[in-house]
Amino acid sequence: MSRLARAPHAHRKSYEPGYRPWVAYLYILPALLIYAGFVLWPILDTVRYSFYEWDGFSQPVFAGLANYLGLLGDQVLHIALRNNFLFIAFYTAFPILLALFLTAMLTRREIRGLSFFRAGLFIPYVMSMVVVGVVWRWIYNPAFGPLNQLLKALGLAAWARPWLGDFTLALPAVGVVGTWVQYGFCLVLFVAGVQRIDEALYDAAKIDGADEFQQFRHVTLPGLRSEISVALVTTLISALRIFDLVFVTTRGGPGNQTMVASLWLYRNAFQINRVGYAAAIAVVLTVIIMLVSYAVLSIRLRATSES
Amino acid sequence: MKLHSGRDDPVNSLATSTHGASALQRRPLAGYAFWSRLRSEARRWVRAAPTYLVLVVFLLLAVTPFLIVALTALKSSSEIAQGVFRLPETWRWGNFVQAWTQARFAYYFRSSLVVVVAVVSASTLLSLLSGYAFGRMRFPLSGPLFLLFLLGIMAPQEAFIIPLYHNLKRLGLVDTYWALILPQVGMSVCFGTFWMRGAFADLPRDLADAAKVDGCNSWNALWRVMLPVVRPAVLTLVVLLFVWTWNDFLLALVLVSSEELRTLPLGLAFFQGRYATNVPLVSAGATMVALPTIVIYFLFQRQFIRGITGGALAGT
Repeated sequence: MSRLARAPHAHRKSYEPGYRPWVAYLYILPALLIYAGFVLWPILDTVRYSFYEWDGFSQPVFAGLANYLGLLGDQVLHIALRNNFLFIAFYTAFPILLALFLTAMLTRREIRGLSFFRAGLFIPYVMSMVVVGVVWRWIYNPAFGPLNQLLKALGLAAWARPWLGDFTLALPAVGVVGTWVQYGFCLVLFVAGVQRIDEALYDAAKIDGADEFQQFRHVTLPGLRSEISVALVTTLISALRIFDLVFVTTRGGPGNQTMVASLWLYRNAFQINRVGYAAAIAVVLTVIIMLVSYAVLSIRLRATSES
Repeated sequence: MKLHSGRDDPVNSLATSTHGASALQRRPLAGYAFWSRLRSEARRWVRAAPTYLVLVVFLLLAVTPFLIVALTALKSSSEIAQGVFRLPETWRWGNFVQAWTQARFAYYFRSSLVVVVAVVSASTLLSLLSGYAFGRMRFPLSGPLFLLFLLGIMAPQEAFIIPLYHNLKRLGLVDTYWALILPQVGMSVCFGTFWMRGAFADLPRDLADAAKVDGCNSWNALWRVMLPVVRPAVLTLVVLLFVWTWNDFLLALVLVSSEELRTLPLGLAFFQGRYATNVPLVSAGATMVALPTIVIYFLFQRQFIRGITGGALAGT
């Protein structure tokens, strides 16, 4: 069970008999002030901004729900949100399936140097997304990029493409990078999770005559439930707020083929000065992210309470 | 679990074929024992071969792109057309010098360093204090206050970046180091508070009692008695905050405009936008941005994995 699920008061706190609770507030105050000033307050401001029409310089004009109504007819935003949901396949579905497959291969058997492999597979995840973007821009380079060179060397020159400039392939090309980054994270999470599963469950399954696949299906998978839901939440959030990678590789192009919500928000807020409108996008994006996280976690909680 | 987690030297433990032989040198066996041992070892390896094959393929997939870029960084512009894995005729370390001076990576590096040191030290200190209060003290509203910090972990930067920019502009802080440091600290203390609260709450009760018997007030109990015990958690926090701050892009993109203040990821992004055709130079820049992360990652790999898995799991 997670730390958070335990209510804070469930711990027996140690405190002196003549204890003054305001001392605790003094310990919390510095962190709370800086968090409230630079994160919390601006979050509330975002909601406020979203009801105004403002170019960032002149006097803001109250606009009611006009910004939100504008979202409904915004073709670019619709493309962006659709792309965000397409990225979910690359950021969430593929990495989790791949990581589950690798987990099934790696765990439950003696593997020398597992920590070495794990460390290597995790590298893309710790790297700056800007570096990742620069690296893959070169790999996808139409003229001399390694991918097209490889295809030519294999006699598949006809398959060579200007990957990131291709209208149909740009989004999958960026998405593959997302998969490449995320599966290492899922794998590390799952491998750590398997180590926490009670060995007795496997013994019981073996006594019941379960083969390796059945053991995976009936012991490992249920045992990884909380890890899988964590992987779901974090990768879904990454897919919904993808920014750095798109900014560095395609800037939303060609056309708006890889436009995503965060990038459209950034353009509106800081390049075409529709600040109030951008704030409305931010509110919608944040609400979507919170709802999705909440949905995944509540499904998990229900599943846990049933079992 | 059969994971050989006790092995500290993964490279040695990878030296698979010599395993049986080295055991033999240590402890000479009779001929029969040797052959049966060899046969069972061989059988084990044949059975494990597909697993290793898959592992090696995925390892190569993860690492090769970075190696390609590091190699490209050492070539001349004309050489990049001649095969990705072909070694350069002369190793052009000068590309790195050029990126460092001409492409201003020295500035970006300084900027990143200033921001990272300030953010990590301030956030760690503040998280230590607030995590201590949440983990070891009882006070009214501790539950709701803690939930407030959790909200800060969940909230994406997009939720506050727009007003943050305008607020900082009004304060005259846009395009200063403060703009890069203060909001990043504000975000970091949320995870930090959560992380340190867990560490303090897990401490044995005897420790706090001992501190009390010694007549420590809460301040001395924190620094003299508990800090030494929670040091591993602090180290993990430092490593995580380092990488998150080092890699941050959106804050820097929005909040600074002068070239001297750009952090490494931001500098790299602009540089590659402007000099996309000079592939070796862009690659040298990317390698320089990646290198500190790689070094930190390999030095503190264990903290990293513990932090990422523990932090993610606990966050649910």
